[in-house]
Amino acid sequence: MDKPLIDVEDLRIRFHGAHRSHDAVRGISFTIGREKVGIVGESGSGKSLTGRSLLKLTPKGAKITAKHMRFRGTDLLAASEKDMRRIRGNHISMILQDPKYSLNPLMRIGNQIVEAYRLHHNAPPAEAKAKALAMLEAVQIREPKRVFDLFPHEVSGGMGQRIMIAMMLIPEPDLIIADEPTSALDVTVRRQVLTILDELVSRRGTGLMFISHDLNLVASFCDRVLVMYAGRIMEDLPARDLHQARHPYTQALLESLPRLDHPVDELRVPVRDPSWLDGPVYRNGVLV
Amino acid sequence: MNAPDRTLVEAIGLSISFGVQNTRTRVVDDVSFRIRKGEAYGLIGESGCGKSTILRALSGLNGDYEGALVLGARELPKKRGKDFFRRVQMVFQDPYGSLHPRKIVERVLAEPLAIHGFDRPSERIAETLEAVGLGPSFRYRYPHELSGGQRQRVAIARALIIEPEVLLLDEPTSALDVSVQAEILNLLKRLRRERNLTYLMVSHDLAVIAHICERAGIMHQGRIIEELSAEQIRHFQAREDYTRAFLEASIESVARREEVGA
Amino acid sequence: MTDKAMTSQNISLSSLGAWLRAPVPTSPFHARMQQLWLQWWRLRSNLSALFGLAVIVVILAAALLAPLLATHDIFEQDLAMRLLPPSAEHWLGTDELGRDVYSRLIYGARITLYIALLTTVIVAPIGLLVGTTAGYLGGWVDTVLMRIVDIFLAFPNLILALAFVAALGPGIENAIIAISLASWPPIARLARAETLTIRKSDYIAAVRLQGASKLRIIFGHVVPMCIPSVVVRVTLNMAAIILTAAGLGFLGLGAQPPSPEWGTMLSSGREFVMTSWWIAAIPGSAILLTSLAFNLFGDGLRDVLDPRHG
Repeated sequence: MDKPLIDVEDLRIRFHGAHRSHDAVRGISFTIGREKVGIVGESGSGKSLTGRSLLKLTPKGAKITAKHMRFRGTDLLAASEKDMRRIRGNHISMILQDPKYSLNPLMRIGNQIVEAYRLHHNAPPAEAKAKALAMLEAVQIREPKRVFDLFPHEVSGGMGQRIMIAMMLIPEPDLIIADEPTSALDVTVRRQVLTILDELVSRRGTGLMFISHDLNLVASFCDRVLVMYAGRIMEDLPARDLHQARHPYTQALLESLPRLDHPVDELRVPVRDPSWLDGPVYRNGVLV
Repeated sequence: MNAPDRTLVEAIGLSISFGVQNTRTRVVDDVSFRIRKGEAYGLIGESGCGKSTILRALSGLNGDYEGALVLGARELPKKRGKDFFRRVQMVFQDPYGSLHPRKIVERVLAEPLAIHGFDRPSERIAETLEAVGLGPSFRYRYPHELSGGQRQRVAIARALIIEPEVLLLDEPTSALDVSVQAEILNLLKRLRRERNLTYLMVSHDLAVIAHICERAGIMHQGRIIEELSAEQIRHFQAREDYTRAFLEASIESVARREEVGA
Repeated sequence: MTDKAMTSQNISLSSLGAWLRAPVPTSPFHARMQQLWLQWWRLRSNLSALFGLAVIVVILAAALLAPLLATHDIFEQDLAMRLLPPSAEHWLGTDELGRDVYSRLIYGARITLYIALLTTVIVAPIGLLVGTTAGYLGGWVDTVLMRIVDIFLAFPNLILALAFVAALGPGIENAIIAISLASWPPIARLARAETLTIRKSDYIAAVRLQGASKLRIIFGHVVPMCIPSVVVRVTLNMAAIILTAAGLGFLGLGAQPPSPEWGTMLSSGREFVMTSWWIAAIPGSAILLTSLAFNLFGDGLRDVLDPRHG
């Protein structure tokens, strides 16, 4: 594999509270290349924080430390706010769960995409508009000219999310961080959105960090899966090997899902072993 | 007193519309279904298909519907009486929104007992908390001190404490993590067995419906386009194209990958 | 049970602390106290709110202990001692009739707080009742009640109070009634707005499905959710009430001389502002400080109590 886009070692995110400090992410290391990496975990596992820390968009009061946290060789930890602004959007963009909250409700969709493009490319308006329309077409919006002039509240959730994808992809970033991009969508729409995302990402060779709580989705969509629990990566393995996961947490998580092909009377509920908190973790099925 | 296959809940030609005059749209269109006593029936569909609207009409939250809803042998009046709420209770989707933020668990559970004049409130609260897997230590807690799963257990306890016959479940696990979902689904399954409850469950998750229910109606654009048993769902025995597409979209499971990989 | 016995016998501070921090509350009272304790902890980190609270406590203490704290009779006139600047004998000087300004200020706190608290006690329940009822029931009840509120809101606070006092005649009690009449509508508005969001929530739907009556839902479930924001609003309102009361006093329509009401004092000191600044400046500063204190404290309370922040 060529040089990874993201190379993180021993990342820690700590919150300083009024009474006590709380470690939300506890020493995780991972790399992301030009591939689709899924980060799965339950709420509070630190998966979203990890994604946000790469853009230094963690909430106030969070302190990020790491041995190193590099994006294509640039040290993100040492980067100034000005450097980060250049990186955000231009090189790394982020897709959030609900397009309703990520699109400006007072601005026409087309103008938002045009603006996203012109922020990063010094292009004349006409060229930017042509580019935006092409992008809307690329995310399979049927009448891009009509949608271009709509306001965000006039489109459905699925279309909104496709527009978000268009907006995030138009500056041609190297890496996309998608935080639960499809959990607000219906299953049939979800598949459509994922197919588009997959196609665009694969064609351009963009790296994708796909944060989700949905194991099945990640398993079928991504190339590699990181399973997070209590601020640590419990397991790092190719998605196709997920059903052979070694860590008891991953196994329990998989078994706790009701399955159509495998009816059970009682679902298995993960019994959280305190030793997992600091116990060994698995990488590609091997204990480390 | 009940024959095992007696119909308990029935909807006949149920139609529900929202809006006024020109903008009035039919959200539920001529829906009929029957649920036998002790059965668990599911309504599956994507958002906006009208499944939750049916639940709200049946629960009595929305009396603006056409057609008939029947409980036992009697048609329900549009404005429900206390005796109806005594028999039919509901569990909501969002455990963060369905508990009063300023009431401790005990008061949440005491309320329905007081409304329906039950005796021994203190013992009943303790018993019900035990039944939903929360110990006495949760009795004096505020909702914000509880996790999502614990809150949903309290919500289930609140619904069960007046010993209803029918439980309406509105996506009871969609706001929860998968492991917590497993806990709540197990709990719902056990409670149904122990108390001979009748469930009407609404969900967008096929696997959850197939796990809990014996039968389910597939909804699309306000209609039940077909009814399938859990077995038929598991084996993709659908007649309608929409159902088949929906089933396929839902099956992006590890199992599939295993098959493909093998 | 053992916990209970322990808390009733042992009143030392450390065991109280442990009781307040106990992981599992053992009674509803215990749970309530633990919440209060947490809220107090949160309030403690807000310096300006603490400052406001401290000032309020000082004013409250001054009002309660006025007979002990005052150094002179507040009504006794001594024209030989008139218009004296602050000195060891008269800490804050004397007014145009030779009365001790410090003592009058202390007693004046009683009147000010009396007006502020009584108004609040009248206004908060009325506003809450009207607002929640209108908001929850909706329909024509809402229309009628809110149009009444609108009529009241159409007039500036002080003008409305002035009109009422003009009709009722001057005096503290009438001033209180007038201020109350002028200041309940904003609270009703607030309570209604809160109710409109609360009534759509699942927990209200849940009690409806338990078969609760409308009365029970409004008083048992909607009102408790509105109380925090109303308390905050009322605390913030205190400043306005104090200013209105002082304004009425200043115009000669509130408390009547020789009563040591701050607004009245300020008004009588007006003529001497160029020569004896303290007569007007001292009650004026007291009014300013008190209303500021209530504002700061109200702001802090909002952070602690408001459900949207909790």
